[in-house]
Amino acid sequence: MSSDPKIEGYKFKPGYSGMAADTASDQTMFKGVHWGKAMMWIFLLSDTFIFSCFLISYMKGRGSTPEEWPNPSEVFALNAFGVPVPLLLIAIMTFVLITSSGTMALAVKYGYERNRKMCGWLILATALGGLTFVGMQVFEWSKLIHEGVRPWENPFGAAQFGSFFFMITGFHGTHVSIGVIFLFIYAYKTFAGHYDEGKRGWFTTMKGDYVEIEILGLYWHFVDLVWVFIFAFFYLW
Amino acid sequence: MSEDINENKTIQAQSSETISGGETGVAPDIDYVRPAELADQDLYHGHTFITKWVFCQDAKVIGVQYFLLATFTGIIGLILSWLMRLQLGFPGAAGFMTAEHYYQFVTMHGMIMVVYFLTALFLGGFGNYLIPLMTGARDMVFPYVNMVSFWMFFVAVGVLLASFFVPGGPTGSGWTLYPPQAILEGTPGSGMGIILMCVSLILFVAGFTMGGLNYLITILQARTRGMTLMRMPLTVWGIFTATVLAMLAFPALLVSALMMTLDKVLATSFFMPTILKAGEVLEYGGGTPILFQHLFWFFGHPEVYIVALPAFGIVSDLISVHSRKNIFGYRMMVWAIVVIGALSFFVWAHHMYVSGMHPWFGFFFATTTLIIAVPTAMKVYNWILTLWRGNIRLNTVMLWCLGFIVTFVNGGITGIFLGNVTVDVPLSDTYFVVAHFHMVMGIAPLMVIMGAVYHWFPLVAGRMLSEKLGKWHFWITFLGAYSIYFPMHYLGFIGVPRRYFEMYDSPYITSAVGMNQFISTSAFIVGAAQFILIYNIVVSLKIGKPAGKNPWQANSLEWLTPTVPPEHGNWGDKLPVVYRWPYDFSVPGAKEDFIPQTTPPSEVVETEVEKT
Repeated sequence: MSSDPKIEGYKFKPGYSGMAADTASDQTMFKGVHWGKAMMWIFLLSDTFIFSCFLISYMKGRGSTPEEWPNPSEVFALNAFGVPVPLLLIAIMTFVLITSSGTMALAVKYGYERNRKMCGWLILATALGGLTFVGMQVFEWSKLIHEGVRPWENPFGAAQFGSFFFMITGFHGTHVSIGVIFLFIYAYKTFAGHYDEGKRGWFTTMKGDYVEIEILGLYWHFVDLVWVFIFAFFYLW
Repeated sequence: MSEDINENKTIQAQSSETISGGETGVAPDIDYVRPAELADQDLYHGHTFITKWVFCQDAKVIGVQYFLLATFTGIIGLILSWLMRLQLGFPGAAGFMTAEHYYQFVTMHGMIMVVYFLTALFLGGFGNYLIPLMTGARDMVFPYVNMVSFWMFFVAVGVLLASFFVPGGPTGSGWTLYPPQAILEGTPGSGMGIILMCVSLILFVAGFTMGGLNYLITILQARTRGMTLMRMPLTVWGIFTATVLAMLAFPALLVSALMMTLDKVLATSFFMPTILKAGEVLEYGGGTPILFQHLFWFFGHPEVYIVALPAFGIVSDLISVHSRKNIFGYRMMVWAIVVIGALSFFVWAHHMYVSGMHPWFGFFFATTTLIIAVPTAMKVYNWILTLWRGNIRLNTVMLWCLGFIVTFVNGGITGIFLGNVTVDVPLSDTYFVVAHFHMVMGIAPLMVIMGAVYHWFPLVAGRMLSEKLGKWHFWITFLGAYSIYFPMHYLGFIGVPRRYFEMYDSPYITSAVGMNQFISTSAFIVGAAQFILIYNIVVSLKIGKPAGKNPWQANSLEWLTPTVPPEHGNWGDKLPVVYRWPYDFSVPGAKEDFIPQTTPPSEVVETEVEKT
């Protein structure tokens, strides 16, 4: 199945009432959309609510703690050639993650073109980008822990800084890690030709299809988008 | 038109809905249904005992598994409520009961009943069983994940019940788990108890998300030919909207449970302000307990409708089938469900009127709360208008439906009291509140569950339940529930506070003593009466009257499977084709008083019945 939203014998009706009729029509609401894709979108909507709850809690917590909030451009600065450069590491992390979104998008394109090799290499590149991101996050965490920042206290000011930082970046890092694991699995499946032959999944017993790469891509882009928000709220505020 | 009918000796059956098919210029084919968009579903059929009954991917088996496990936890909740009522009615009668135990039982009773019993039963149980059958699908779209969903629920229940056996016992902080007291020493179960509770909730949310995605996508993307959105039974609409609410509200519960766990385990201070205990400053500081209340109730209020909306949907179908009339105002009912669902996200702070919020804030939430009464009242009127001049079959199912309408209206009206800030503040934390929410989201949905069990048991088991036992069950439960909760409103008015272990010698409420004894006695009887149902089910499985196909003469697809009970894959070789909504009861001119959804219009139009 391709991502072409055309259904044979189905003509979309004009105007708003036509749109309503198409939406409420029989069999499917989203014409030509693979069920797995629709499912991923709804999951991401739910996940959006999780991250929104985290970020709103962070805003509320930051606003109501009586102690001073640490200055992010000092806390997150990195010494490059003896000069502290604010947000240096974060800038690189963000760049890597956004780039991996680009390789993911290309992987989806080559997948639908049935270019197995290109698709596989691009998924692998995406996985490596994700792995680099997680690695840099580990570096950042160790640096902060080394400086004495803990979930329950930190030497720079309000204890909630450490609590929210580790919880939210940890939750996001978990998302990235899960994505990386799946990317490696999918890279293997692509190279092994499971999507070309329609080989059945190990657990799900469902036939493989290149649409799965697009579904994983949705998740990956979402994780990147969430990072942009975390970046803005934690490092720029 | 009316003149034509007067002149003719015969009436042509007017089908309520026909598909306008065929191209213009060609003679329209009234039976036209678009060809299938999707290939037939490729299902995994289990062969061994384990794949057929334990780790089973069939939504119907998963539904029954959910139903049984939820009922099991529900019975534990019932026993806890007995112990609480024993203490309240006859203080000291149970020797082992301490204040700590009482709080633990209150907490576990509340959490079990709301989350692990009602939510799991309606969405996991009825949702799994009915969604594929009613929408004409072979199974859920992702059966493997659906199976994992149940086993996550199983683990969540296990973790929850394990907290009874850890040092300190289960948490006793009330089902709302408010910090800071939930995790501070002095509250029963503030050690392992609260941690296990939070972990169990996180597991439940994760498991539910897997199931919920299946329910939503099966309804949106896997309906059969001809099954448009506005031809879905209201049961499906109710479960669908409730699942949407769950997908958007459970994240707040997940986040608050996670933050609470971190507060306990890592001594973070998300919810913990600076606390002085016996002159000593605790390690916490700078957190905000109100944040927890907002997160919890952002989940907590939609949760009420996660329980109520499936009940609304199911009861609409039951009333329509058993009064042999189409549901009054079907589209209005659908939109009311959707609007109630949407509004339920804007009312959460009416649970927090006494948290010290700004009066204007309370005013806003009072307004939104009262607005919800409008679509809800529409639904009640529509149920009554469906019954109006219907050909009512006063069987057990109908009795439960009528019981639901009465208890729901009753609980809803006290909700209007409590929605207003000025009325709520003096009634806050009294038994009036307890009476209100038990009536509206305890008893009323329970009535629907009972009605649904009597209605769909013949489909699941192929045998009828005993009507005689069913009527005993209904009348004891209905009258008993009123004996429990009606006096409770009065207890609230005279100011008896909830969550108190014992009132000791409180001269201003001596009249509460006798009333508490009466309530407790009723509670024992009502609780015991529920075992009539279990007896009825066990006996009927063996010796119940064989149900045959479609014993209630219903129209919806679940009764139209080639085999009863339906097998894995539901529909045999060919998927059903749907031509109409499921409410074509007593259509003028039709031969029978029901026209199943799969009957093509041509068959109906061609029957002509002589006018009488």
